[in-house]
Amino acid sequence: MSVIIVFLFVIAGFAGWWLSHQGLMSKPWLEQGLAGDFVALDRSALPTAKIGLGVFLAVVGCLFALFTSAYFMRMAVSDWQPLPLPRLLWLNTGVLVLSSIALQCATVAARRGQIDMVRLGLATAGLTALAFLIGQLMAWRQLTADGYFLTSNPANSFFYLITGMHGLHILGGLVGLGRTTAGAWNAARPERLRLSVELCAMYWHFLLFVWLAVFALLAGWAATFIDICRQLLT
Amino acid sequence: MAVALVLVLIVVGSVLFHLLSPWWWTPIASNWVYIDNTIIITFWITGVVFAAVVLFMAYCVFRFRHREGNRAAYEPENKRLESWLTIVTAVGVTALLVPGLFVWSRFVNVPSDATEVEVVGQQWQWSFRLPGKDGKLGTSDTRDVTTDNPLGVIASDPNGQDDVLVEAADLHLPVGKPVKMLLRSIDVLHDFYVPEFRAKMDMIPGSVTYFWFTPTKTGTFQVLCAELCGQGHPLMHGVVVVDTQQDYLAWFGQQQTFAQLSAPQQTGAADNAPGKTMAPAKTIAPGLKIAAKLETVGSR
Amino acid sequence: MVDITPADGIPPAEVAEVELYHPHSWWTRYVFSQDAKVIAIQYSATATGIGLVALVLSWLMRLQLGFPGTFDFITPEAYYQFITMHGMIMVIYLLTALFLGGFGNYLIPLMVGARDMVFPYVNMLSYWIYLLAVLVLVSSFFAPGGPTGAGWTLYPPQAIMSGTPGGQDWGIILMLSSLILFIIGFTMGGLNYVVTVLQGRTRGMTMMRLPLTVWGIFTATVMALLAFPALFVACVMMLLDRVLGTSFFMPAISEMGEQLQHNGGSPILFQHLFWFFGHPEVYIVALPAFGIVSDLISTHARKNIFGYRMMVWAIVGIGALSFVVWAHHMYVSGMHPYFGFFFATTTLIIAIPTAIKVYNWVLTLWRGDIHLTIPMLFALAFIVTFVNGGLTGLFLGNVVVDVPLSDTMFVVAHFHMVMGVAPILVVFGAIYHWYPKVTGRMLNEMLGRFHFWVTFLGAYLIFFPMHYLGLMGVPRRYAELTDMTVMTESAHHLNSFISIMAFIVGFAQMVFLFNLIWSIRHGREAGGNPWRATTLEWQTPQTPPAHGNFGKDLPIVYRWAYDYSVPGAKEDFIPQNMPGSFGPSREPA
Ligand code: HEM
Ligand SMILES: [Cu+2]
Ligand SMILES: [Cu+2]
Repeated sequence: MSVIIVFLFVIAGFAGWWLSHQGLMSKPWLEQGLAGDFVALDRSALPTAKIGLGVFLAVVGCLFALFTSAYFMRMAVSDWQPLPLPRLLWLNTGVLVLSSIALQCATVAARRGQIDMVRLGLATAGLTALAFLIGQLMAWRQLTADGYFLTSNPANSFFYLITGMHGLHILGGLVGLGRTTAGAWNAARPERLRLSVELCAMYWHFLLFVWLAVFALLAGWAATFIDICRQLLT
Repeated sequence: MAVALVLVLIVVGSVLFHLLSPWWWTPIASNWVYIDNTIIITFWITGVVFAAVVLFMAYCVFRFRHREGNRAAYEPENKRLESWLTIVTAVGVTALLVPGLFVWSRFVNVPSDATEVEVVGQQWQWSFRLPGKDGKLGTSDTRDVTTDNPLGVIASDPNGQDDVLVEAADLHLPVGKPVKMLLRSIDVLHDFYVPEFRAKMDMIPGSVTYFWFTPTKTGTFQVLCAELCGQGHPLMHGVVVVDTQQDYLAWFGQQQTFAQLSAPQQTGAADNAPGKTMAPAKTIAPGLKIAAKLETVGSR
Repeated sequence: MVDITPADGIPPAEVAEVELYHPHSWWTRYVFSQDAKVIAIQYSATATGIGLVALVLSWLMRLQLGFPGTFDFITPEAYYQFITMHGMIMVIYLLTALFLGGFGNYLIPLMVGARDMVFPYVNMLSYWIYLLAVLVLVSSFFAPGGPTGAGWTLYPPQAIMSGTPGGQDWGIILMLSSLILFIIGFTMGGLNYVVTVLQGRTRGMTMMRLPLTVWGIFTATVMALLAFPALFVACVMMLLDRVLGTSFFMPAISEMGEQLQHNGGSPILFQHLFWFFGHPEVYIVALPAFGIVSDLISTHARKNIFGYRMMVWAIVGIGALSFVVWAHHMYVSGMHPYFGFFFATTTLIIAIPTAIKVYNWVLTLWRGDIHLTIPMLFALAFIVTFVNGGLTGLFLGNVVVDVPLSDTMFVVAHFHMVMGVAPILVVFGAIYHWYPKVTGRMLNEMLGRFHFWVTFLGAYLIFFPMHYLGLMGVPRRYAELTDMTVMTESAHHLNSFISIMAFIVGFAQMVFLFNLIWSIRHGREAGGNPWRATTLEWQTPQTPPAHGNFGKDLPIVYRWAYDYSVPGAKEDFIPQNMPGSFGPSREPA
């Protein structure tokens, strides 16, 4: 459970930072009058939707941190036999990176009001994300063809489970992206479009980060990395 | 008024119940009086806190209940009082924790002269395995469990051959000798619990857990399963008999070893010791009996 | 002393960004409503309905325990199905849903001075997914093989094996699916509660001016958002084990002489995941209760809550600490024994902030002007049961004491006292307190007092003696208490007594339900602020609050939530949105 604990420490860090700006040491019974005009004590200047997404991503991060924790706990048992990662995953990673970059371009374009660029970026992002999902499915097919079935061994089960969960989150993101793209074609409210493109980009970058972490985990680098850290500490 | 009175009565009633009611722990039959003592300390500290808080409440309700023209005092906080209360609480909590941790370190450190006894749980019966002359238990694996080898002892391990198997029958232990109970399950979680010994531990399929104790009283004690293990869970009783050294050796001498129990297949009728052929039949009996009982209950 | 004199012509507070949804038809007003108040009532009604099922199940279990062998239809199989459904419903579908979905939805927007939750559409979806989860859960009663009987902890391997009711039938599948739905639905709601507190606060409503109710619900929601994923992970993995035959939690098993296909899984892994959720869950239920009870005590004792800052710190501290104590549920699970030292220490450390909260509640009573209204009575009863249950927690948290007591009736008594009875008493107190705001009428006083005394004393009589059964060594989750040497004759009598009390307490809840329904039409008219309370929900222009809560302009907040009996002020309460300075060291306004 060490991974999830570390993750929660990071969350606690954010929470502590935020709390430290809320005047927790103040004596509210002495402060009558309109105190809310102290900027820091009021709500954040960020759009509410972004904060909502941020909280949601914390939950998603928690989910994957827990999967990782479970993975490490099971991996510690001596009969662990990791499965060989298909090469295809490298290609998929590249595609997902492209997808993120495309969305980043769309964001920049949206800020500048270049609607054509926004459309291009969104379409590219959507298509590459789809390609990523198809690539993942092909990787699964390859593995089953090579005899690495879901049930044959816990390492296999974890592989399918974690990649599957990540894929489902991408799929969910595609729904949001689809709506944003539709909005980009209608182009009714540019303000709104900008926000939703930014939200999509945020989500995409986060899932890319999760994927990189998951990839490192499944490839066994994460474990090696932790071992090295442990050796450095002792 | 009435409210304050009821609050006082709750404290008085609870204390009286604690002191006078006939419901209390069973007389201890192991070395874990330390645990009982820790519980007593805990009862004292928590009892005092409970009484203090509720009586204080009762007093407040009585003294500061609303009357015409009353007005509450204005006191947002009192740093000193709060600090003091925090410190006192911390001291109380430490007074609970420290003895507890000392006893726990005893509980988890098994003395080197403890003899090993293996307990195997399965739905819904207890079996036991004691080391033979070599003083060592052979290795085991759930994958090796068959009707002829219900405990899954690995036949190729020489250490296992002279192990004494007590399949679905009573376990005997000598009084005054520390034992390390090695706990194993071949299906679901169980928990080996003898209230008089105070100690217990879950049994997990796929791993071996343990606890240790020294029986201090001879007698017959009931084993209860303390981890939900399916429909037969409440009926999964067993028996531990704590014997004097002499009685124990006599009992031990009558038991079958793994080699003897697996022998009949090879030597067949040549082996005519009474009760030998009984053992495997007895093995499945209680578990099945419970299953059968559940069946009839279910069909009602 | 910080003094901000209100300038002239302060513009009304408005949250521009959140677009208030306006219903267009009867359907969108009352059924698919996006108004948090309607959603709150939907959540509460559904939770109460399913809670009644759990109550009836508890009667059936008590029949079996109190009068063993008398009721043939309660087979061990049925008994285990009853405890599982009872436990799961009470903890998750009743208490979590009621505190966060019910009270959270109703109170957060009103108390922080918002027109609604920040994402009303998502909020609506949250309720409908919750309802679906409840329906899936209920459907398991009618599925072949009945609901699962694995215990609310659902420990594998037992949970998905044939020796357990529903293990190889639909029961466990429906249970896991329902939990997964619940978590998805909850996450949607939870995002709303958290972000509304962060972003929806009206002008002047700093975090330190929030009523403790909001602090409690807010912290509990944050915890729930971080803890429920652990249950989600455990459920998904177990579902795969059961449906697709993976072996996350399933080691090699020989079941009744037959080798199962599974191999290599770890049952302990499930326990870690489950309790990583399960322990915070206790506080997810407790923290809202802490917050609400603070407000009840303060309002009805006409005194500010003692040590507000400490209370806030304690809530946050308890919330954070409760993520590092989960393995105290696993002292005898066979995990590495050295964990015991760590987890016993963290567990007992939590006792300190918890104790501080208790002190501050009783110190609020000190030199108060205590009105023994029904909410106040429930708050007092909460303190008694919570202190009792909290103190027995010190037994179970202290690792070595837990060894003889774990998995006995002592544990059942402990957790019922601390997370069953205590929070439920707060729920009742809160309902008596806010019912006038929700309906505009008071609940009947006489029925209320009857309900209070029977519930409080009855519940205490049920669960206090039960500890001693556990001390004797009577294990929990025993469908039959026969043939046991520890069960003396008198212990059987005690059990019968407990069962009879359970029926009496249950009956009192029917009286309460009647009161709830009857008073909607026949209760005394309440007016807008019957308790003369300071917080914003009592200052709405209409009662019950209309769509948008606050009329044309949002209120502006000038003070904290606890200005009761301020020296120099004429009334013994000053609403949060009242301008002007009062206080010991300033001129009376
Ligand atoms: C008057 C009200 C209640 C009565 C009479 C009652 C009775 C019972 C009984 C008889 C059991 C089974 C004990 C056993 O055999 O191990 C039980 C279990 C349980 N109850 Fe209650 N209960 C009540 C209210 C509540 C409430 C309000 C909660 C909310 C937290 C709750 C949560 C649980 C849980 C979590 C279990 C454990 C289930 C399991 O072992 O899997 N109960 N209750
Ligand atoms: Cu059992
Ligand atoms: Cu806990």
